[in-house]
Amino acid sequence: MSQLLSKKNKEALFTPIGKNNPVTVQVLGICSALAVTSKLEPAIVMGLSVTVITAFSNLVISFIRKTIPNRIRIIVQLVVVAALVTVVSEVLKAFAYDVSVQLSVYVGLIITNCILMGRLEAYAMSNGPWSSFLDGIGNGLGYAKILIIVAFFRELLGSGTLLGFKVIPDAFYAAGYANNGLMLMPPMALIILACLIWYQRARNKDLQEK
Amino acid sequence: MATRKFRCKVCGYVHEGDSAPDKCPVCQAPASEFEEVTEGKPDKKLNTNSNTYTIVYAAVMVIVVAFLLAFVNSGLRDKQDENIRLDTKKQILSSLGITSDNAGADYDRYVKRDVLIDPATGMETEEVPAADFSTNYDNEAKAGRLHVFVCDVDGETKYVIPVNGAGLWGAIWGYVALDADKQTVYGTYFSHASETPGLGAEIAGEAFQDQFNGKKVMDGGNVALSVVKHGTSEGSEFKVDGISGGTITSDGVNNMLHTCLHNYVNFLTAK
Repeated sequence: MSQLLSKKNKEALFTPIGKNNPVTVQVLGICSALAVTSKLEPAIVMGLSVTVITAFSNLVISFIRKTIPNRIRIIVQLVVVAALVTVVSEVLKAFAYDVSVQLSVYVGLIITNCILMGRLEAYAMSNGPWSSFLDGIGNGLGYAKILIIVAFFRELLGSGTLLGFKVIPDAFYAAGYANNGLMLMPPMALIILACLIWYQRARNKDLQEK
Repeated sequence: MATRKFRCKVCGYVHEGDSAPDKCPVCQAPASEFEEVTEGKPDKKLNTNSNTYTIVYAAVMVIVVAFLLAFVNSGLRDKQDENIRLDTKKQILSSLGITSDNAGADYDRYVKRDVLIDPATGMETEEVPAADFSTNYDNEAKAGRLHVFVCDVDGETKYVIPVNGAGLWGAIWGYVALDADKQTVYGTYFSHASETPGLGAEIAGEAFQDQFNGKKVMDGGNVALSVVKHGTSEGSEFKVDGISGGTITSDGVNNMLHTCLHNYVNFLTAK
């Protein structure tokens, strides 16, 4: 067990959070980034749920990867993901009802998140369980990070609140400041996301095409 | 019997026939260097690409997953139902302006009776026993069972009426609490299945719901309580502002109030 955090495993865990981020570099999971980021709270819960589910679906698929018939591997992956998502949502309904009400449709949306299928295909199918598990956590957190950044700006500028608490003082509104309703619309999520990608590419010469 | 196959262990040449050749045509190795290739019989490794394996794999996987989900579902069912009942009670209490951490006990304290009324006369027809507490008032209304919760808040009688409708993406529902005169809105609660966060979903917020307090429900013989375009409700005793950007959801609330409360017209006008 000395290799619990070998160089390869560290890479699996940390590169997706930063340099090889699934959202800004691989451009996966964009649709849910639009849907859940108009408020900070669902973005955080969604990020965490995706992290848990990528980690465990990666783990399961990695365990059975050698037995999966090649022709139906996508279906097998989908079934594993869907089963996990259903179990998570049932458990939430039984033990954390308030959270499950808050998440409502988003839990179901996790099944369609392409980061999951992407990681299963690209990593779990050809790597061992432990490093696949770490890769799942890394990618989930990388996704959560972007969601939280986008939601932070959208909630702050769109509603003047953070996590539901008012942060922009009334004096600002009295002076003529107004919440930007466009921030709450899906297009602004794309624009903020594009700005993040721009920033990351500008900082990282490796990512730029020749 | 089909032709058997023999592979030369030296060069890998495969000979087809009833027995191994005397000499390998490629490397001249003797017959003793040939071994039979056993196809069809499982080698030490399963052939994961065969049709049979694929079909069996898929079938087993589906059955395992189905059992797993059925097991999880039946194991957690009671707890989930209990949560849903508690949540419904919490919503009813919320329309009375009571936020409660212990919805079960507070519900018994404030809500005295759960009764059904006859839409034609507005009179009470039967009392629903606590054990039959329903959590789906959409189905109840469709089945002609019109619930009214008779409540007692600090010695004053209040009536709570469940309402159901459709928003932009899915179902919306709520509870309207009325004063003893059955005319003045005491409080409301609205919630939704999947309205847009920050826009339509704001109907679940206090800012929207508090606007209803003190408004009148009926004008003459008709339901007049309405949600109108944002900024046009000022001065009216029947209208409240909708949510700008959430027009379809606001209209949904408006329709929901009109359709559902319409069934209660005789109850509301009965003295």
